[in-house]
Amino acid sequence: MTVHDGSTAGALAEIRLAEQTGGAKPGARAVRRLPVQKDWPLRALVAAQVGILIGVLSMWEIGAHTGWIDAFFWSYPSAIAQTMAIFFTTGDAWTDISFTFRSTIFGFLLGTTTGSLLGLSFWWSRNYAAIVQPYVICLESIPKLALAPLIILVFGIGLVSKVAVATALTLVVSTLTAYAGVKALDPDGEKLFYSLGATRMQVFRKLVVPFCLPWIISVLRVNIGLALTGAIVGEFIASQHGLGRAILYAGQTYDIALVWVAVLVLSTLAMVMYATVSWLEGMLRKGVRQ
Amino acid sequence: MSQTKLCVENVSMMFPTPAGPFAALAPITLAIPQGRFVSLIGPSGCGKSTIFNIIAGLLEPTGGRVLIDGMDATGTIGRVGYMLQKDLLLPWRTVLDNVILGMEIQAVPLRIARERALPLLQRYGLAGFEYLYPSSLSGGMRQRAALLRTLLFDTDLILLDEPFGALDAQTKLQMQEWLMRLWSDFGKTVLFVTHDVEEAIYLSDELHVMGTRPGRIVATIPVNLPRPRVRTSALTPEFLAIKERCLQLLDVNPTSSERVNEAA
Repeated sequence: MTVHDGSTAGALAEIRLAEQTGGAKPGARAVRRLPVQKDWPLRALVAAQVGILIGVLSMWEIGAHTGWIDAFFWSYPSAIAQTMAIFFTTGDAWTDISFTFRSTIFGFLLGTTTGSLLGLSFWWSRNYAAIVQPYVICLESIPKLALAPLIILVFGIGLVSKVAVATALTLVVSTLTAYAGVKALDPDGEKLFYSLGATRMQVFRKLVVPFCLPWIISVLRVNIGLALTGAIVGEFIASQHGLGRAILYAGQTYDIALVWVAVLVLSTLAMVMYATVSWLEGMLRKGVRQ
Repeated sequence: MSQTKLCVENVSMMFPTPAGPFAALAPITLAIPQGRFVSLIGPSGCGKSTIFNIIAGLLEPTGGRVLIDGMDATGTIGRVGYMLQKDLLLPWRTVLDNVILGMEIQAVPLRIARERALPLLQRYGLAGFEYLYPSSLSGGMRQRAALLRTLLFDTDLILLDEPFGALDAQTKLQMQEWLMRLWSDFGKTVLFVTHDVEEAIYLSDELHVMGTRPGRIVATIPVNLPRPRVRTSALTPEFLAIKERCLQLLDVNPTSSERVNEAA
């Protein structure tokens, strides 16, 4: 029976009791060890990844041939590989890839530059910024893809309408991000420039733009994804060419293998563009040093 | 016999607030001769930064005017070198390009501006850092770069707003020596704001003690210690007498301690 009177003897007696009973006494602490994760070597990780891939593909192939999986609705790897070969040799693969790529890139460039300039322009006049702001927020809230059918109607089924949809998606993002940069500007920085007798254009070129560039650069990766989405959705609605159109056509004609092929090609295109833009962002960051 | 470089004539500042007009500065008059080093000391909120903003033309005073070299310069920018508390070095420019900012804005060709700046950087302790970025500099070096930028702006009058406030005590002492060397080399007229009474006395030819609510000059104290100043002069009876007087003025001033408590 320990004595809780705050005495040292009482405290020591308590510790001894806790040790004896394995810390089961209420109020005593359990002794634990730090949970440690041991990292697998790279080879093991890669082997696991490759293993999963091969496993899934094999199960798919076997499943389709044995009838577990409905081969008609799901298709199977060997059929997909065959269709891929046909698509690239006698099919429209290169035309479609080129079409989607061009509409994505043009939409990306147009939307990013126009949007960024618009966002930066809010620095020039607080009144103009206050007037335009609610409109920009409205535009941001509207799901731009909902406007796609209207855009296609206005611009036709050629490349221009897809570029327009892609631009619509990227423009508002760039505007808001550039404006966030403008708002984050330290007013003391402006004070310094004006104390040196600068004109507004000098402040804009030498302070505002370099300061906001990292903001603008940080959304490039987001924008390339949005531009691609815009291009594809535009192609879904009405188009003569493009990977989106290929997916839609293949789906409507129940050529599931072709659907997979187009999706895979599209995914590859997306990854390549994303990787390129990431690399570009890295280069720009180094050039713009903050 | 030196000319009056800067004359602040009856300058006052009122800010409109929801509770009515707030007198930030009661009419202040200052006359500063060329080549002098003058300090302003006072508690927070006594309007030191407001005066600086008015002199630099960044704020229009509600009353009074600012005369530089005898000409009305109220509300005009680009006449004085103004160093704020933050060094405000642009992180995307090299130290050299930061230091020439003032000249660049005044449309001096970059090559000439850089040629002018390089020897100064080397002489005043930034040799080897010219082509590096501000992120590689320590706090003291950043302040040095900012001061050199202010100096290279090539105006006769320089306003320094607590430039060493953010530095540790030892760096601060080094920077004071450095500033003294710079000042004696260039002969500029300097208006210096600080909270540190010793620093103000050590560096200046003249002290103005300010009070708050409204901001005004409570006393003007000449500092007649011999130049060049040495650290031991801080122990002389004259120095200590001035220091005692300043501390008296800053403590006994009812608006400084009591009003601050009221506001808090």
